[in-house]
Amino acid sequence: MQTGRDVRIAKDLVAASAIPLVLAILDEGESYGYAILKRIDELSGGELEWTDGMLYPLLHRLDRLGYVEARWVSPQGGRRRRYYRITPAGRDALSEQRRQWEVVAGALQNAWRSFQVVSSTPLSVQPMGDG
Amino acid sequence: MAAMDASIEAQIREWRSYLLRRRTIDHTDVDELEDHLRNQISELGAAGLSGDESFLVAIKRIGAVNELSREFARERSSRLWKQLVLAGDTVRERAGSEYAEFFVMLGFAVAAALAFKLPAAFGIDPFAAETSDSANIDSEASFYLRNASVLALPFLVGFLAWKRSLPARVIAGLAVPFFAAAVLINVFPFGSGDMELFAARSSDTERLAAIHLPIILWLVAGVAYLSGAWRADTPRMDFVRFTGEWFIYYTLIAFGGVVLTALTVGVFEAIQIDMEPIVTSWVLPCGAVGAIIVVAWLVEAKQSVIENMAPVLTSVFTPLFALMLVAAILGMAVTGNIIDAERDVLILLDVLLVLILGLVLYSWSARDPDTSPALMDAVQLVLVVSALVIDVVALAAILSRITEFGFTPNRTAGLGLNVVLLANLVWSAWLLSAFLRGRRLFSDLERWQTTYIPVYAVWAAIVVAVFPPLFAFA
Repeated sequence: MQTGRDVRIAKDLVAASAIPLVLAILDEGESYGYAILKRIDELSGGELEWTDGMLYPLLHRLDRLGYVEARWVSPQGGRRRRYYRITPAGRDALSEQRRQWEVVAGALQNAWRSFQVVSSTPLSVQPMGDG
Repeated sequence: MAAMDASIEAQIREWRSYLLRRRTIDHTDVDELEDHLRNQISELGAAGLSGDESFLVAIKRIGAVNELSREFARERSSRLWKQLVLAGDTVRERAGSEYAEFFVMLGFAVAAALAFKLPAAFGIDPFAAETSDSANIDSEASFYLRNASVLALPFLVGFLAWKRSLPARVIAGLAVPFFAAAVLINVFPFGSGDMELFAARSSDTERLAAIHLPIILWLVAGVAYLSGAWRADTPRMDFVRFTGEWFIYYTLIAFGGVVLTALTVGVFEAIQIDMEPIVTSWVLPCGAVGAIIVVAWLVEAKQSVIENMAPVLTSVFTPLFALMLVAAILGMAVTGNIIDAERDVLILLDVLLVLILGLVLYSWSARDPDTSPALMDAVQLVLVVSALVIDVVALAAILSRITEFGFTPNRTAGLGLNVVLLANLVWSAWLLSAFLRGRRLFSDLERWQTTYIPVYAVWAAIVVAVFPPLFAFA
């Protein structure tokens, strides 16, 4: 249980945003697991909570889909570390994801113009709709 | 925080071995997670937490091992298979089912051995030398030549079907090729044409069919191994790996078996009991057939053993084969002696090429697709390219022979096999060199090989079913 956070993002949202986030971070440059999680923390102001370990199966999935490439780097006298790099196919997927998210975000913005967030109650995101 | 203290190191080791007990998480995954864990621990330590505290927090943040291994399993279909093979989540649960599985396996193995000897009840027993005259021996040996795989492999398929709990519909589907093969190969009037001329040896089309039939039936066993999911590429590669491991285990066990029987015969000879008739008519044939199933069981039950051995074997033999082929090509180039298109030489070359393709295929199936191109991949390229050269030379020799003397079953089979191998080798060499230059992913290589597998089945089916009538059963 996290304490001291006033916003907790629902699991579904974390999961849905995981791929575009990781791809966008790798688009900034080659990186490895721990650094990617740090970057997610930075980008979300610490509000996106991941179970750290889950990043790795996700990275392997992106690898299998051909969106990223993995390689082991072993520095002299150091522990080897697996680095991930985005591929052209990954960039394509990222721009597609971005397009979709923009549509979703835009629709939400429009829908919420008249809706005021009541600031006194702690905000928690409910699963929206059941399609 | 350069060095972690000893108690943390011990805890990390324990956590590692706990993770490794999960069949879906392998060494490289754990290495990656450990790197993460260590980063987290040092950061928490730098923020002022004690060693133990940082370890606990870091472990908690990585997540529950159960969930983690499930996520990995979902991503790694190949390892998911492995997990399904030994069902049950906990070690204790598994122990019980392993016993049951062992006895079922034994039942299938004994049944296979007995079925293999069943023709003896009808007087077909080429293994017992003195019971029949020499003319009969030929026809009996030829019966076994044709039927060995039809007699032995259904039990392997049966065992795999039991293990995967295949539905009856799938099992019925798997039985079709066996019935078709059994009918076809026994109805064909092999050697009816020029039997007087070549009375001493069985007909060529018969022998070709006998060699190619096991390939088809083995691939049928592959469908059972993959629970019918043979259309997907990744599971197919699992079957390639299974085949390679099966081959290695079988060779080891056959070798051990030969040593054991030789010693047995020797010991009994010393006390003046002649064991040889029993050994040749029962122990060797039954052992060889039963071992097919025992080995299939061993490959999966003791997978981790062979997984450690296989990369070592392939990395020993890949350079050696490459060296041998390069030397042979140099020898041909220097002396100008092109391969002599005699039958034995061509057979030898074909066996060599098949073996090399098997070696390459197997080492690819065991390779971690994530690792970047290494020296061994370059050695493999040398191997593939030199096999390609040998293949082209052999093909030229066969073609010249055919233009000179016309088509015979053996030459046509050789021609077809060499063309099938050539197509595979050319594209493999191209993909491998592209992979070494960083232009292609390793998974492209895997996909090429797995999509090519049906080609072998089709070719083998042609040799078994079309060749005999085409060449008038010569």
